[in-house]
Amino acid sequence: MPEIDVAAPAARRLEWRTAEVVDIVDETPRVRSLILGVPGWPGHRPGQHVDVRLTGEDGYRAQRSYSIASAPEFAHLMLTVERIEEGEVSPYLASEARRGDRFELRGPIGGYFVWTAAEGGPLMLVAGGSGMAPLMAMLRHRAAAGSTVPTRLIYSSRTFEDIIYREELDRLAARRDGLEVVHTLTRRQPPGWSGGKKRIDRDMLAGLGFPPQARPTIFICGPTSLVEQVARSLRELGHDAKMIKTERFGPTGG
Amino acid sequence: MDTERRHTGADAVDGNAAGGLLTELFALDMTVAEVTCASCGAISELGAARLYGGVMGAIFRCAACEAAVVRLVRTPAGLWIDMQGARRMFVRSPAD
Repeated sequence: MPEIDVAAPAARRLEWRTAEVVDIVDETPRVRSLILGVPGWPGHRPGQHVDVRLTGEDGYRAQRSYSIASAPEFAHLMLTVERIEEGEVSPYLASEARRGDRFELRGPIGGYFVWTAAEGGPLMLVAGGSGMAPLMAMLRHRAAAGSTVPTRLIYSSRTFEDIIYREELDRLAARRDGLEVVHTLTRRQPPGWSGGKKRIDRDMLAGLGFPPQARPTIFICGPTSLVEQVARSLRELGHDAKMIKTERFGPTGG
Repeated sequence: MDTERRHTGADAVDGNAAGGLLTELFALDMTVAEVTCASCGAISELGAARLYGGVMGAIFRCAACEAAVVRLVRTPAGLWIDMQGARRMFVRSPAD
């Protein structure tokens, strides 16, 4: 008689865990990363997210989801959070949280928006603003795993100062291991800027992305307007809709 | 993913964002469950559906025809789930 392991699925159930802030990195004037220690963390795959739950002194709870920006190979969990003034959770994470603070989170969540080096490529990543976070987890994993999968990142930011992980992206691209990084700045460009100077559009995707014949796996993350524009353009260029994974933030914040 | 903005507007996001809510109901990862829309017959992963709503409840709409395929509502007593818009679901066995 076959043995049925009824315990296995139940063990996958998510539980709320206590995360402790072990370090904080100021990424841009509006964005910072929290490095978290999470005892009992079961590991994650690049692209997955966590739910964060904050409980006020009066018992009021607010819950939001944030992508994991760190590679699975990294000992801690990194969340990169943009300050959204009218938010309920982001102001705490992006401004108030201090080293040693604790809050609840559960995860990892979502196998849909996930890439691991074992899945191969080519890999095409398109990010807008802090939509870079889950894609950074993929790039960090790619480097940590020694993958040379041909990879292109097209990353849209408002200004040079708003580019998150800028120096680390420069370092990753300098490894010359098959990763190409292209930035576009939509609001203001520094003198002598050689990257893109407009929003990501069909021409940019046709010129810089992989052709549909290469059948790249595509991940797009950012504000809804950017994600929908890019996904539509890629379908028009002939990319198979099944190869395009999207993660919309919602409307662009102020 | 950063769902803070989503709570400040009425836009849909991707079904993947409700993965945490789904784990309160299902033991397996439902964001990669393949759902057949009862209205148009399109098959897509639940993570790719259009998601409306928030922590208190969610409506997953077919990315092809916008028909509601799954509705989840949290009440003080528990969670309601309405799947009449999903003709069937295929959930792959975990790798091991």
